[in-house]
Amino acid sequence: MNNTPLLQIQNLTRKYPSPEGDQELIVFENANFNIERGEFVCIIGHSGCGKSTILNVLAGLDDASSGVVIMDNTEVKGPSLDRGVVFQNYSLLPWLSALNNVIFGVRARFPDWSRKQVKEHSYKYLKMVGLGDGAEQRNPSQLSGGMRQRVSIARAFAIQPKLLLLDEPFGALDALTRGTIQDELIRVWSDTDQTVFMITHDVDEAILLADRILLMSNGPYATIAESVVIDIPRPRKRAEIIHHDAYYPIRNHLVDFLTTRSKNTHQMDPSTPPVLNQQPLTVRPGIVPDALHLNTLPTVSNKFTKNRLTALTGTES
Amino acid sequence: MSTTLKARVLSVLLLLGLLCIWELSTPRITDAENMTEYELLMGGASEEARVPPPSAIILKAYEELTDPLYDNGPNDKGIGIQIAYSLYRVITGYTLAALVALPLGFLIGMSPLAYKTLDPFIQVLKPISPLAWMPLALFIIKDSEASAIFVIFICSIWPMLINTAFGVAGVRRDWVNVARTHELTDFRTAFTVILPAAAPTILTGMRISIGIAWLVIVAAEMLVGGTGIGYYVWNEWNNLDLTSVIFSILVIGVVGMLLDSMFARVQTAVQYQE
Ligand SMILES: Nc1ncnc2c1ncn2[C@@H]1O[C@H](COP(=O)(O)OP(=O)(O)OP(=O)(O)O)[C@@H](O)[C@H]1O
Ligand SMILES: [Mg+2]
Repeated sequence: MNNTPLLQIQNLTRKYPSPEGDQELIVFENANFNIERGEFVCIIGHSGCGKSTILNVLAGLDDASSGVVIMDNTEVKGPSLDRGVVFQNYSLLPWLSALNNVIFGVRARFPDWSRKQVKEHSYKYLKMVGLGDGAEQRNPSQLSGGMRQRVSIARAFAIQPKLLLLDEPFGALDALTRGTIQDELIRVWSDTDQTVFMITHDVDEAILLADRILLMSNGPYATIAESVVIDIPRPRKRAEIIHHDAYYPIRNHLVDFLTTRSKNTHQMDPSTPPVLNQQPLTVRPGIVPDALHLNTLPTVSNKFTKNRLTALTGTES
Repeated sequence: MSTTLKARVLSVLLLLGLLCIWELSTPRITDAENMTEYELLMGGASEEARVPPPSAIILKAYEELTDPLYDNGPNDKGIGIQIAYSLYRVITGYTLAALVALPLGFLIGMSPLAYKTLDPFIQVLKPISPLAWMPLALFIIKDSEASAIFVIFICSIWPMLINTAFGVAGVRRDWVNVARTHELTDFRTAFTVILPAAAPTILTGMRISIGIAWLVIVAAEMLVGGTGIGYYVWNEWNNLDLTSVIFSILVIGVVGMLLDSMFARVQTAVQYQE
């Protein structure tokens, strides 16, 4: 019904004054990108490049130095319940039990609900992330890192925001729990018209979950360099996705960016005029494996290329 | 045997030991026949002024505690009545101080401007001995009762104010951000996030304050006179009744301990682990 993107990020810049006071730290500069309604977007970049900073600006917790974030055709000013956040450090309230932490969010979101309704709803989401049977009564200090992260995920999911902002939500989880909650996230996301913006360090996780992966170059002066479309049909199964034709070209493209290209896009020279309104380059490594593209693949990933070629011939014969 | 139990037993043994030494080292009160002429002339006063043995104090404590509420005129009231007067003053002054210090501390903790504006005043007023206010209070208020309460007010306000401001200013940014992402009003943020987050620090301040208030009330009542445990001590000293003096010193200690342990309980209740 509405064709404008849910979220439009325009020429977003974030500076921090340097401690010495002379040269300010420009974390990222003139970042432009859109997020469509119902889209699942991951962002990948090296540690310290400014991913959390962007997410905080999108959440409305931090103000950009310049540029705007537009959601639903209105400029984002300050935080809102429409944007649920899972913080990198969980940010649970330590004096509340796990259940009460979720209730805290639900009560704020649905002030008209009865106590019982709030409690049941909160408990349902805790159960969903595998916490229940007594664990919900414990305080965060009595929970493991992964359990705390799950409480934080439950709190964000339970308020059913239009846009979920997730800052490395699965970082502290073991592979098994991570898998379960990834599936849960995908289920919640596809059952609703929610939009997800998620930071991750895990390339495979990003390919499994995302419609599109934004690649962020190294800071300072970081930019959103590329927007990689994941041309793998859903539903995607963890075990099967690696056999998909598009998987390794995409993966190689991402790894190649992280190992080499992320450094080359620096705009370290302040004398160059700022490039405004430049959308990231859209790439679809999963489509059209032309010869040129294969030749430019880095040597480290030759093994994957070969595998992929055999896979290709296998399906073709 | 657990360490706590061992410690309890040792405490009791230590007490008994000290009491024995004290008892044995106090000279027995001599009978009137054995008194020297000089002693008779002094009406036995030199003996009365001696430090009494524990047995005499226990006897005194028994007498006082079995009838704590008797009232035989202004200079002879039961220990319970005197304590009640002191507690009334402490609680009134302390409550008034809390009513001022907690909101003001919140303001100072939340607003750097308020902090910078009020800090010089706090820094100058804080080190003033509460008793130094007494003459001014008596002159302005013209009522010894209210002046004593004022002194309690002024001495208990500082630790509460400073700790509240410190606790509120130190609330982790992340927790405030949680409140912000949930669109809580400032009022709800203050009560559901900042207050519980700062509560342990605030309670520490309140506990220090009640301790100071109890220290100061004794001195204040010695000055203003009339009623209260401080006046009682001073009055018994004037009567040279050292048994009563020591007994009331012990009572002051025990009441102070009870006040403190009350706050310690509340403090554990609001404590959280990060
Ligand atoms: N309050 C601040 N003051 C000054 N510099 C800051 C501040 N917060 C972040 N930075 C700087 O901004 C840059 C980006 O930080 P950010 O937390 O966004 O990184 P990130 O991409 O999320 O890293 P990671 O993957 O490790 O979480 C870093 O270089 C950091 O030093
Ligand atoms: Mg981060």
